[in-house]
Amino acid sequence: MTGPRLVSILRQGPYLIASIHTALDDSQMTAFQHDLVDRIGRDRARGVVIDVAALDVLDSFATRTLRTIGEVARLRGAVTVVVGIQPEVAFTMVALGMDTGSLHTALDLEEGLALLDRAVGPRRPVTALRGGAA
Amino acid sequence: MSSSQGPATTTAGFDSPGEDQLLPQLVAHLREHRARLRHEWSERIQQAGLLHAMTPQEMAAETTSVYDNYVEVLETGSVEALQRYARDLSERIIPRGVETHEVVGIVLLLRDVLARSLFEKYQRDFGLLNRVLDAYEPAANRIANTVAVSFVEERERVIRQQQDALRELSTPVLPVRERLLILPIIGVLDSERARQLTEQLLTGIRTHRARVVVVDITGVPEVDESVANHLVQTVDASRLMGASVIITGLSPKIAQTLVTIGVDLSKMDTIGDLQGGLEEAERLLGYTTSRDDGTGGP
Repeated sequence: MTGPRLVSILRQGPYLIASIHTALDDSQMTAFQHDLVDRIGRDRARGVVIDVAALDVLDSFATRTLRTIGEVARLRGAVTVVVGIQPEVAFTMVALGMDTGSLHTALDLEEGLALLDRAVGPRRPVTALRGGAA
Repeated sequence: MSSSQGPATTTAGFDSPGEDQLLPQLVAHLREHRARLRHEWSERIQQAGLLHAMTPQEMAAETTSVYDNYVEVLETGSVEALQRYARDLSERIIPRGVETHEVVGIVLLLRDVLARSLFEKYQRDFGLLNRVLDAYEPAANRIANTVAVSFVEERERVIRQQQDALRELSTPVLPVRERLLILPIIGVLDSERARQLTEQLLTGIRTHRARVVVVDITGVPEVDESVANHLVQTVDASRLMGASVIITGLSPKIAQTLVTIGVDLSKMDTIGDLQGGLEEAERLLGYTTSRDDGTGGP
């Protein structure tokens, strides 16, 4: 992607943190899906947090893509949690009958990471264990 | 009908007043016979059985002011003062239970009483009477309109005010523990209130960073299908924001209604009473409560 970054994908221990900074069109959303799924394999991530706090609308395509990411990530061994859905966005999604399936959701990044800790075990990469920590 | 009186606009002679003289003449007439006409009007109001919420003294006072305002509007053609008076009057009489039809009724009665007196005065000269009525009727209708609109506007303002007050009172969002909110709902849940509930619940989740919300509907007498569906949607939306919702206090009646109308409740977490809901919420949040009476303890 060129120009200002629409999405950033950062690594945080065994997790990936993907923040969507601005509304994405369908092709950008698809590109995001490919990037993220790629990174999950490359970084051997155990969990993914997708932060959508900056979005004031989540349309059906975006919702479906998020759900797909969740399912694909699960097949590649990572748990996905979507965080930062705003109240209005949440209610609109429900009112329009968008199915989020088995997607995990949490209030914000912190809660999302806590949820991942509960789901996949505490944040202790193998290297840390070798180093003798805790 | 062949016995026509000729066109209404008969040629105006020199002794006949010009168009701009008609209204002042009319106003002078109404001022002159003020006491008699006002009395006649009050009697018609009583006969019609209007305004029984008011005492005779109040009636006398109000009818006098209305009469004077009425004539003044006829004279000046400006309804602003009347508007102010009508709003003020409405403010006083709405709490006493005066209805819209009564207010409109008394104004129309006054219009009729005055029209009759004009008939009487100008009965000799039909052409002149027509012109007087041409001047009188639009003004009178405008007055009736103004009073009715002012009354209804005032009433709507009162209703809005009460709705706002109710809205603020109706759904408190109470943080009881870190990450735990309670929403006790009392009274009928209509779709408007359900919408507010959703809004307050979802923003409450964000501001208090709640993970569990207990919605207690013990005080709700009944719900219909749309409200039930709205509740389900609210629960779903809360889940999207990372909070679990526990509904407590479903009365037997509501529970049966929900099952009968076939609302999908499989995703709703319900517990019998508020106490049970709180215990479950604490369990979800990892709290353990113990009573310090010497027997228990950690």
